[in-house]
Amino acid sequence: MSDPSISNAAAPAPAAPILLHEALTAGGRRWRWVRKHPTLIIGLLLLLIVAGLSIAAPWIATHNPITINPLQRLKPPSAQHYFGTDAMGRDVFSRVVWGGRVSLVVAIVVALVATLLGVVLGLLAGFVRWADAIIMRIMDGMMAIPDILLAIALMAVIRASLTTVIIAIAIPQVPRVVRLVRSLALTLREQLYVEAAHAIGTRLPVILHRHVLPNMVTPLVVQATFIAATAVLTEAVLSFLGVGVPAQVPSWGNMMADARNYVAVAFYTILYPGILLAITVLAINLMGDGLRDALDPRLTNQR
Amino acid sequence: MALSPATAVAPGDVLLEVDNLRTYFDTVSGTVRSVDGVSYQVQAGRTLGVVGESGCGKSVTALSILRLVPTPPGRFAGGQIRYRGTDLLSLTEKQMRQIRGNRISMIFQEPMTSLNPVLTVGRQIAETVMVHQKLGRRDAYRRAEEMLRLVQIAEPERRVHEYPYQLSGGMRQRVMIALALACNPEVLIADEPTTALDVTIQAQIIDLLRNLQKTLGMGIVLITHDLGVVAECCDRVAVMYAGRKVEEASVTELFDNPLHPYTRALMGSMPSMNASTQRLAEIPGMVPAPSELGKGCSFAPRCTYATERCRVDAPALASQGADHVVACHEVARVAAQPALQALSSPAHPAALNGVQA
Amino acid sequence: MSALTQQPAPASPLLEVRDLKMHYPGAGGWFKPRRKVIQAVDGVTFNVARGETLALVGESGCGKTTTGKSVLRLIQPTSGSVKLEGEEILALTPEQMRNRRRDMQIIFQDPYASLNPRMTAGDIVGEPLRNYPMPGGRARVDELAWLFGKVGLRAEAMKKFPHEFSGGQRQRLGIARALALRPKLIVCDEPVSALDVSVQAQVINLLMDLQQEMGIAYLFVAHDLAVVRHISHRVAVMYLGRIVEVADRDTLFSQPRHPYTEILLSAVPVPNPHKPAQRKLLQGDPPSPANPPSGCRFHTRCPLAQPICRETQPPLTERPVASATGQQWVACHFR
Repeated sequence: MSDPSISNAAAPAPAAPILLHEALTAGGRRWRWVRKHPTLIIGLLLLLIVAGLSIAAPWIATHNPITINPLQRLKPPSAQHYFGTDAMGRDVFSRVVWGGRVSLVVAIVVALVATLLGVVLGLLAGFVRWADAIIMRIMDGMMAIPDILLAIALMAVIRASLTTVIIAIAIPQVPRVVRLVRSLALTLREQLYVEAAHAIGTRLPVILHRHVLPNMVTPLVVQATFIAATAVLTEAVLSFLGVGVPAQVPSWGNMMADARNYVAVAFYTILYPGILLAITVLAINLMGDGLRDALDPRLTNQR
Repeated sequence: MALSPATAVAPGDVLLEVDNLRTYFDTVSGTVRSVDGVSYQVQAGRTLGVVGESGCGKSVTALSILRLVPTPPGRFAGGQIRYRGTDLLSLTEKQMRQIRGNRISMIFQEPMTSLNPVLTVGRQIAETVMVHQKLGRRDAYRRAEEMLRLVQIAEPERRVHEYPYQLSGGMRQRVMIALALACNPEVLIADEPTTALDVTIQAQIIDLLRNLQKTLGMGIVLITHDLGVVAECCDRVAVMYAGRKVEEASVTELFDNPLHPYTRALMGSMPSMNASTQRLAEIPGMVPAPSELGKGCSFAPRCTYATERCRVDAPALASQGADHVVACHEVARVAAQPALQALSSPAHPAALNGVQA
Repeated sequence: MSALTQQPAPASPLLEVRDLKMHYPGAGGWFKPRRKVIQAVDGVTFNVARGETLALVGESGCGKTTTGKSVLRLIQPTSGSVKLEGEEILALTPEQMRNRRRDMQIIFQDPYASLNPRMTAGDIVGEPLRNYPMPGGRARVDELAWLFGKVGLRAEAMKKFPHEFSGGQRQRLGIARALALRPKLIVCDEPVSALDVSVQAQVINLLMDLQQEMGIAYLFVAHDLAVVRHISHRVAVMYLGRIVEVADRDTLFSQPRHPYTEILLSAVPVPNPHKPAQRKLLQGDPPSPANPPSGCRFHTRCPLAQPICRETQPPLTERPVASATGQQWVACHFR
């Protein structure tokens, strides 16, 4: 379409692509920082995409994820069903985006719960001598059992629901955090500024809050992201084995379980939940790696 | 002693000559001019003291001599370092390796971190001898034992097989000296060798270095901030500030007649040099960050004698009498003031015939 | 905030330390039934009067830092007595002790590690004020500004972080923090060792000015005899956990009696090239506090050692001094 008005309009106002190009090549501290930490940025971006899709599920899902439609079973990907349909005729795309919510909620809440519990126990173990032995022996015992087995065992004795799944996944992660917090506490306890705080009359709880915890934030955040990644995977495994979230709630894990028998004829039923699972775990791990490098005080010499 | 002094060298011969050396570091925040035109000479059998505070470039100069400065981010922006006439900055790394530990040696401040904790002391000394003098294992270990005896470590046959952690701080420093002297170098660079040691051990080490110099005849560069050590050990003294040499003289001349304002200020701020009733002289301000150096004299912002000229025109080293150079425009005014009045004041509890002058 | 100018009053000592001991259990082995005890401090006795500076000098391993920290109960001494203004502080409950801390503060050696890198300077210096019931709000801000001024820092510095200050300035922050509660005693644990020479002068002058104005007593732990000579009124020399000599400053430096003190003083390099060093060298290596020599601990390296030195520990006894105001106590059988 040769419309002279278009070519005239493009000339005076700088187009968005040009601005973006300028921003990307302009230099400056912030951009240099971004360029130095590609792992962090890539992981963050991927995670934001997945999270965005999941949060927007009510709006972008093309079909109801639970409605069974036997007439449409095992249809390959098409314009109507982006990812095809599964054995019960449910739209795979809609189930995938709704399933993402489960995974993300599990990831975040497990990370929070495990970290909080771990911090409390770790500080106790690090600062209260008699509690140290008791707590650490219990943690050692817990760590002797593989995480997933412990989660399965827990799920076997409590009624399945999203909450119980979260608890079952979080508990085996607690010893990891306790170990980290305890070792940090033992180191920070010897810091000269902690001794100084003691000398000027600061009470122990205030010392913990003002001097110890702020210096623990960095390694804790990094640890929390790795716990989130493990949680996503563990939830998928539990659901795959049938001891995860209730069967009617779409989760990537139980989607892949249902699709197990149909791999030969309809691989897309297992492929798409699998891809998203892999991308999510990868994204969280990249973000964790990137965060650890970015926050390492030895590597930041901007100050 | 089984070791003989360096060949064909007479006391007083110039062995090492640092000539207008410039060592710069390129960092994110700009170029740091750590060493900015420093020259001095090291003579056989004599000790040159290099005095200054942290950041003045005295250690970087020493590291530059042995080309131990990491190049990036460091670079040699000018000048030469001539050892027996050859410019060390122009040698290849392979050629430098034959000089380090062999012809020119260095001892460092922290004896614990300078010795390899997982090798025995004897092994470390033997290793350098095997590499440089091509001795066999047995001969090398025998030489190691000799060296330990030379530095007055008791029971050297036993100590040769011990690890650094089994030795005290003073003994480790002796081991370092033994290691540095094992190949009979002509020049020894000692970078704050006694700062980390107790004062009684420091006295032993200083004594040891002086005796070794008398026997072996090497030239020593002694880097320190302690004027007491300088007074005891050194024949000549160079004072450095912010990457430049500001004064150099024989040790007696420097203490009798310090001419640079910084030298005077430094002496005035040391409690060992002032009567206890005297308020210590403070030098206002701070040492400038190496990236902040401007065109004028780097000491001008803190100098009580500074004039407008000092702020724009960096003074060059000029001779001020017998073997005494000073980089200052206002030397005449400085010389007019008596230095260190406290020591001759009658109010001083002069009856003290203890340590202090 | 009034300025106090007091002369040291020997009649009522501010701090009385009697027979202080700090024994650490050493590392035992699987096959060693008896665990070695590290006698870091082994029976230390001294007084500090109001407004005076008592220096504790000695070499590494002599126990001076441990003594300083034990006096403040930052380390719990194994036995002994520490009385501040007549009150036995080793018998106090933790809460009572916390209250007493207002009178006894500490300045650390390392100006980098003693300040929390994540707190602003104002918060660091103001922390003691937040720990105790004190007027807040405007009064606290004024108090902080006054403290900063007292140590020679500008009020704008309150918002900065420790890494933005130089070593000397950080040490000033430490001093300001120690002053905040108007203590009567400050333990100075090698406060200038980690600083450059010209900065040392500033901090030494500051400490002396503050003592003059506010009447604070200092327990000055140091190894640099030149600094000690400048700042102290009295000096106690320690060797391997015990005090071997205590005297007023001038007497100690001009007429040392204990052989170790003599050797220590002669070891300090004299910044005078015209005077050759007349040095008494110390023989041998320092013994370990885990395995101290019997009797007088110095006998293994002492030029005067006799059999009695190996058997009996000489008590710290007073000796006559030429000067009228001086005093001298020595622990030696022959001096």
